[in-house]
Amino acid sequence: MPFLQVQNLKKVFPGAAGKTLPVFENINFDIGRGEFVCIIGHSGCGKTTILNVLAGLDTASDGIVIMDGREIAGPSLDRGVVFQGHALMPWLSVEKNIAFAVRSRWPDWDKAKVAAHCGKFIATVGLAGSEHKKPSELSGGMKQRVGIARAFAIEPKMLLLDEPFGALDALTRGVIQDELLRICAATHQTVFMITHDVDEAILLADKILLMSNGPRAVIAEIVQNTMPRERTRETMHHDPQFYRIRNHLVDFLVHRSKLLASGETERPAQPRLVKPGLEIDADATQPAPPMRHTPNIVNLRH
Amino acid sequence: MPFREALKAGVVSVVLLLFFVSIWHVATLPKETAATADSEYAKLMGKGAVKSEGFPTPAQMGETILRHLADPFYDRGPNDKGVGIQLGHSLARVSSGFLLAVLFAIPLGFLIGMSPLLYRALDPFIQVLKPISPLAWMPLALYTIKDSSISGVFVIFICSVWPMLINTAYGVGAVRRDWLNVAKTLEVKPLRKAFQVMLPAAAPTILTGMRISIGIAWLVIVAAEMLVGGTGIGYFVWNEWNNLNLTNVIFAILVIGLVGMALDFLFARLQKFVTYVE
Repeated sequence: MPFLQVQNLKKVFPGAAGKTLPVFENINFDIGRGEFVCIIGHSGCGKTTILNVLAGLDTASDGIVIMDGREIAGPSLDRGVVFQGHALMPWLSVEKNIAFAVRSRWPDWDKAKVAAHCGKFIATVGLAGSEHKKPSELSGGMKQRVGIARAFAIEPKMLLLDEPFGALDALTRGVIQDELLRICAATHQTVFMITHDVDEAILLADKILLMSNGPRAVIAEIVQNTMPRERTRETMHHDPQFYRIRNHLVDFLVHRSKLLASGETERPAQPRLVKPGLEIDADATQPAPPMRHTPNIVNLRH
Repeated sequence: MPFREALKAGVVSVVLLLFFVSIWHVATLPKETAATADSEYAKLMGKGAVKSEGFPTPAQMGETILRHLADPFYDRGPNDKGVGIQLGHSLARVSSGFLLAVLFAIPLGFLIGMSPLLYRALDPFIQVLKPISPLAWMPLALYTIKDSSISGVFVIFICSVWPMLINTAYGVGAVRRDWLNVAKTLEVKPLRKAFQVMLPAAAPTILTGMRISIGIAWLVIVAAEMLVGGTGIGYFVWNEWNNLNLTNVIFAILVIGLVGMALDFLFARLQKFVTYVE
């Protein structure tokens, strides 16, 4: 039995003039223990709502989510959340922000134990020396690191990240992606993450969920990342699989997500599992087009 | 540079003060012609060279200030107490009324801020009660409480409650959803959430309300004490007016201004202490 099961999830927001179109419906997917899953889709397809349902901050109109054999009904310390806008408390220092979470998890720990635990996670995200700074004194990347440290510090069974690097510049984003990858590999953390960045998804995820455009969005495909898990940002693009997966994702986002929404293509009830990385070009006899690496990020937000 | 700016502003302030005092001095100079023509008559009437009636001169004012500052706590019966004692009475009334208002308004403001239903239900009451001049409550207070001093405290309570109540409700209602979500996902208990998330988040707004309240309270106490009499700086002003001692009235006005400024300064410091940068 998979660690997390999402079954027939549906969300309807009461619309204007009684029009109630579901934002998404028939959302079905599983996440295995220790798996890193990214979800990609255009704005408005309900990714954040799905994440909030997993976090217990929102309720679905229909369908259930089962984690570790139990239905999710409300927020829990078992699921750590990294929020889009870091959500640090500006009146608390870096250490106190993390300590707030640690004390919530282990209320009977004494001061020294809490401090030691906080220190460990502050060091993990590379913020040693900034413990006593207030969030307003930190850069955007450092703030998000504190957010990540806070989520990891409660040692949750699952980590939920809502587009954590969206507001960061490309360089900072790369550095923190590497750190996240390292920490997740070391802790075998199960992760569900929203992203708009195709390269980020390929670097981090074992499975990439592709959502069609809303309303009535569905998960159209589940892309299995067949590249070895030891991939890094520097070497990833030398793997021919990278371009197959990347082209598949970009192609989906640019063309097929729209067709699925407008109903021109058949909408799958259960998402297809695809492995574009292993597909060998049908006409391999043709001279392969020159590999072009486009380092620019495919930005889906217009 | 900021220091030099401050220095310049200070110099201009002092020049303005000197200018004002010298105009005051010129305006209150004894009228020479009248004085010389009638000096014989004045002597006959047993009056000295110094005229004591009329608007005081800056010199007389200075003398009065020094006299009051030299002995602020004397007590010679109900109608002659030092300005320190009178101020003490006023401050005691203001602080007890204000404290009662804090104890009432902040918890209630928290509830109103957290519950949109309660907010809507209580809003008409607040809107009607807020614009009532606190002194309008005085007869009702005197009738029910039957004690003029406690009635003064009640009037302070009623006038400082509204800004604090409204600001607390607003501040608590406007706590960022993100922070509440963090508390939710960490399964933070309601009381801990109130004290460690909502209170610090809303503290700057609450302190703004308290600062407005203490300002209003200090305005109102003077009027209230004029009305009920007995003790206090407001009563002192009224009593000195009845004595036709304008010098003392002016001195009291100065003291009221300075104490009001000090109270505002105190709350400004507290406000700065709880303010955070996002």
